[in-house]
Amino acid sequence: MILFDTVTKLYASQTHPALEDVSLEIEKGEFVFLVGPSGSGKSTFLRLVLREERPTSGNVWVLGKDLSRLSNWKIPTLRREIGTVFQDFRLLPNKSVFQNVAFALEVIGKPKAHINKVVPEVLEVVGLGGKEQRRPDELSGGEQQRVAIARAFVNRPKMLIADEPTGNLDPGTSVGIMKLLDRINRMGTTVIMSTHDAQIVDQMRRRVIELEHGHVVRDQSRGVYGYAR
Amino acid sequence: MRAEFVASEVGNGLRRNLTMTLAVIITVAVSLSLFGVSLLVRAQVDTMKDFWYDKVEVSIFLCAKGSDTPSCAGGAVTAGQRDQIEADLESLRPLVQDIYYESQAEAYVRFQEQFASSPIADSVNESALPESFRVKLADPTQYDVVASAFSGRPGIEQVNDQRQVLDKFFRLLGGLQAIALIIAVVMLVVTVLLVANTMRVAAFSRRRETSIMRLVGASNLYIQLPFLLEATVSAGIGAILAVGGLVLAKSVIIDQILAPSFQFTAFVGWDAVVGIAPILILVGIGLSGIAAFLTLRKYLRV
Repeated sequence: MILFDTVTKLYASQTHPALEDVSLEIEKGEFVFLVGPSGSGKSTFLRLVLREERPTSGNVWVLGKDLSRLSNWKIPTLRREIGTVFQDFRLLPNKSVFQNVAFALEVIGKPKAHINKVVPEVLEVVGLGGKEQRRPDELSGGEQQRVAIARAFVNRPKMLIADEPTGNLDPGTSVGIMKLLDRINRMGTTVIMSTHDAQIVDQMRRRVIELEHGHVVRDQSRGVYGYAR
Repeated sequence: MRAEFVASEVGNGLRRNLTMTLAVIITVAVSLSLFGVSLLVRAQVDTMKDFWYDKVEVSIFLCAKGSDTPSCAGGAVTAGQRDQIEADLESLRPLVQDIYYESQAEAYVRFQEQFASSPIADSVNESALPESFRVKLADPTQYDVVASAFSGRPGIEQVNDQRQVLDKFFRLLGGLQAIALIIAVVMLVVTVLLVANTMRVAAFSRRRETSIMRLVGASNLYIQLPFLLEATVSAGIGAILAVGGLVLAKSVIIDQILAPSFQFTAFVGWDAVVGIAPILILVGIGLSGIAAFLTLRKYLRV
């Protein structure tokens, strides 16, 4: 699903690489936590998977494609297979819940009939049935993140990338979001989630990849947050 | 779905950015109007050249009583000199197409006609007006051949090329056209900069939407098309306004004001306007589209 082969990423303005010599593989259907302090390279890792950045050296393979050989015009096709969720939700404030989710399908040219069918379905999956016409500012943080997850998942991607999805939420709400991500993972979608939340990682007991100063310092199946220190 | 979605995006974009949209429309309209005027003036010069170069002639004025140029020192032209000049003119065929002799009496009649309503008509008598040969050349640009052969000869007061007078006038029109063209080019540069900036602002104000579009895998075309259409639609509106201005200039300024007062000359026809209109629309939409495309490539990268 994802294969990093001795990947180094050095940003032009910096002297130390954000990722150095990283090699790892993530299988189809896995649920992976990406942990480590700020600046350890988690975001760079995710941006490389999304092909928002290119590695300085090494190869990144995603969904069977060598991203260094992927031409620019094929990037959208890649991203349609990858759902993304962020700490700050990134919803459109002037659109309703339904419109926010539908937007993701409209802009890739899906027909209206299809949209009217699948958007209510996915809103049901994330537990927002009945709130289709609300605006984002009428929703709680947890509900807004559910809208974002619905938007990421509505096109049934093979992979879901969540960059600190619970970073802005209180612990109780975070548990609900984690249950939802777990459910999506059980439906067959690979989930990669970066987080600072030790409690969540410890509870879930899934694979943990820890980064520090751009190196993988731990890669453990059924890991906990702070084991290696 | 696609078309409907893109159309609603374009509509939203134009409305949200109304002041910038208006600014683009107005600058496009003004710059293209000037561009159109400059093209129209050039068409007018061409029309007038066609019209006048057919009619111009070289006038060879013969010495009359009281002429004071050195070649007339011997007094009024003699019959022998006149016959010799005519024979020499005949020898210049086929460059010389037509030769027409105007006697003093004929010159006097024409003078009276030209200045019928002026007191000058009464103050001139027949013997003061020179007789002349009016020569029409097959190729009006070959005036020098005639001039060098005849000017300064005894019995000839002056050799006059009407084309030179016309050329001064055409040079004036050409200068006006050049000025209009320079202003038009400057305005078009301003338009390009304005479109580029408008696109930058539009891309910035919709960065949330475009960043989400990128993430969910919308194609570049899909992301950029609404912006490109906004730029080209507003430029198109401006271009249509400019064409409207041109039509107005032709029908009011030329047909109703200039043409009745200057009936002796020809003015550009509607075919010139019909020829210029698509150029304006293409230049407007093309420039704006290219400016928008280049700006968007920078600000809406994958």
